[in-house]
Amino acid sequence: MERQMSGAKMIIQALKDQDVEVVFGYPGGAVLPIYDEIFLQNDIRHILVRHEQGALHAAEGYARSTGKPGVVLVTSGPGATNAVTGLTDALLDSIPLVVLTGQVPTFMIGNDAFQEADTVGITRPCTKHNWLVKDTNDLAATIHEGFHIATSGRPGPVLIDIPKDVQFADGTYTPPTDMAKNRYNPVVKGDIEKITALAELIERAEKPIFYTGGGVINSGVGASQLLRELTDATGIPITSTLMGLGAYPASGENWLGMLGMHGLYEANMAMHGSDLIICVGARFDDRITGRVEDFAPDANIVHIDIDPSSINKIIPADLAIIGDVGHVLEDLLKVWKSRGRKTNKPALKKWWGQIDEWKARKCLAYTQKGKIIKPQYALERLQALTQDMDRYITTEVGQHQMWAAQYLKFDEPNRLMTSGGLGTMGYGTPSSMGVQMAHPDSLVINIAGEGSWLMNMQEMGTAMQYRLRTKQFILNNERLGMVRQWQELLHNERYSETWQEALPDFVKLADAFGCKGIRVSDPDDLDDAIKDMLAYDGPVIFDCLVEKHENCFPMIPSGAPHNEMLMGDANTQDAIGDSGAVLV
Amino acid sequence: MSVLNIKKGSSAHSAYDLKDPNSMVIESHTLTILVDNEAGVLARVIGLFSGRGYNIESLTVAEINGEYHQSRITIVTTGTPQVIEQIKAQLGRIIPVHKVHDLTVEGPYVERELAMFKVSGTGDQRVEALRLADIFRANVVDSTLESFVFEMTGKSEKIDAFAELMRPLGLQETARTGVAAMARGA
Ligand SMILES: Cc1ncc(C[n+]2csc(CCOP(=O)(O)OP(=O)(O)O)c2C)c(N)n1
Ligand SMILES: [Mg+2]
Repeated sequence: MERQMSGAKMIIQALKDQDVEVVFGYPGGAVLPIYDEIFLQNDIRHILVRHEQGALHAAEGYARSTGKPGVVLVTSGPGATNAVTGLTDALLDSIPLVVLTGQVPTFMIGNDAFQEADTVGITRPCTKHNWLVKDTNDLAATIHEGFHIATSGRPGPVLIDIPKDVQFADGTYTPPTDMAKNRYNPVVKGDIEKITALAELIERAEKPIFYTGGGVINSGVGASQLLRELTDATGIPITSTLMGLGAYPASGENWLGMLGMHGLYEANMAMHGSDLIICVGARFDDRITGRVEDFAPDANIVHIDIDPSSINKIIPADLAIIGDVGHVLEDLLKVWKSRGRKTNKPALKKWWGQIDEWKARKCLAYTQKGKIIKPQYALERLQALTQDMDRYITTEVGQHQMWAAQYLKFDEPNRLMTSGGLGTMGYGTPSSMGVQMAHPDSLVINIAGEGSWLMNMQEMGTAMQYRLRTKQFILNNERLGMVRQWQELLHNERYSETWQEALPDFVKLADAFGCKGIRVSDPDDLDDAIKDMLAYDGPVIFDCLVEKHENCFPMIPSGAPHNEMLMGDANTQDAIGDSGAVLV
Repeated sequence: MSVLNIKKGSSAHSAYDLKDPNSMVIESHTLTILVDNEAGVLARVIGLFSGRGYNIESLTVAEINGEYHQSRITIVTTGTPQVIEQIKAQLGRIIPVHKVHDLTVEGPYVERELAMFKVSGTGDQRVEALRLADIFRANVVDSTLESFVFEMTGKSEKIDAFAELMRPLGLQETARTGVAAMARGA
């Protein structure tokens, strides 16, 4: 292969050598040479978004639904600053992204040139690593290192800033095979003595629980398989964070549902009452732990994570196993089996008895009556009508997101893309485009609130241009519902700025974009409307008018422990003002 | 109506669990960090400390191996034991960081700082300053009829003590390098 080439050509070559199929991007002056090379080839598909934030979230959706890194190309200055939210989102949720930004020519850096921004300075705290490439000869090696860093260890976003003169200049291409030994090689195998200690704990524990997170999904489909095998073989109950839903199937026997602030009663109570918490690829986020001082008072904490900085950050671990979830679970299964597959059966039976009592509280119960659609009902119907389909879900951020996590069932990993760590409103629409790109024949639904949806609705243009058939399922309560809920519960119903007046007519908006719009407000019409949406071969904006003052329960108020959840009372919840929440 | 009955001032009024940050013992630790001397590496380390709210008492950095482009950073930091552990783990996540050593826990070590003091005065004051400098083994690296520049190396406490003594004797200016440190023995 001819190794001398321009920087711009080198970028395309490097992406090809990294098996990149699609790039999400937006052009501009500082990336013109790269766009010229994109024009001249057919191997890599470029998706033109409508706003750079959309490119980042689309790439995240692509990455999360495939397990491959998402690739983004944007211009200097405003292109790069528009990428910051998506980078931070990907950093907090450990999503592998490789973001290429154009930069003003090297000889103009520092002059406040047109569309100059200190991109590596701005993005240093929101990337796993970033580079400014000043020499074309370093460009290919830097891109290969970028892919390696983004995808190994705890995944995350990287950014490579490429000045325009570096794109024009000729240099020597370094293929990935020529890369010197990598300086970044995180440990993947767990310490076998510690794994054996964990097997022993499993054999003795009276009230064990698996608390799993996004790390299982990031570790690959194999890790989810091992988790299923281990959970089913030991009979230990399992809960998961929002990020980890689907690693263990919602239809599985040992499934307790999501835990945390809006998690299920049985999951949080089991965490609180447990004597052995086995945390697998999760990080004790404050939405999960509740009041740290009262977190699981009687439990031994075992923490499995590939990132040593996650250990002891919030909750001290009694036993810490650093390594890749898949490798550790594989060894754990082997050790536990070779020791005779023992568990404390009588104690486990009692533990399940207790858990069944908690389950009997039916914490997700609600009543659908009258002519107004409850958001929970809308999601239950959506679940019922799509459960046998090859389905991917993205969400925005707010009440609808938590209801989606509670009422939709995820039986496979990589099927839910949602902004967990950063809580980015505007994530879902572009993310659903990225997912649909990766899975053109699958059903992709973005569960949205009307507030969040407006934040990146321009991406409907992208959907139309590339015939991405995503369904935008908007639970329209005409409120910034999640914030309104906090105001109701904690600020004496002073609803400061949580009502967006003058919402657009979503059906007309669909018309304007050239896609299908559906509005439904009567519970009796809901099923047919959903079926219409599913039957339509193209993007749909589905405006589902729902109860405006519904609250999302159960709920652990911040600063409260797991066993002090607020429950929605299905019988009194209609009385507005007193939302029927009772202190448990 | 709020059904929570949350006491005034309770952290439950926040979206976060606000806890007392001063609830544990604060320790001082001396860390040495071996890094690739590449653009922005110091900014990464400093940004980690400022972004996560860690303290920097002292920081020194210089290239120590030109052939491999490696630099050594010495940081004196304070925090609860849990925070110190976090600092080390977080430093370990930075890609150009090769090694993090906590000299404070790894065994005996030596720690030195270089300082310069400009002291001006005449008569008895000037004589006294020179006498004390001698006791502290500070060198005179510049002198005029009204001033000295003293240079000394030592532990930070020794430098603190000398500075204290020079203050009433006409201390004009101080420059300190911050701590460089190394484990004792082979
Ligand atoms: C970019 C951004 N800005 C502000 C917030 C704070 N926030 C969290 S949820 C929420 C309301 C979301 O409203 P909507 O999308 O209508 O969803 P709902 O809660 O009504 O279901 C807001 C403003 C956020 N998470 N992200
Ligand atoms: Mg809303």
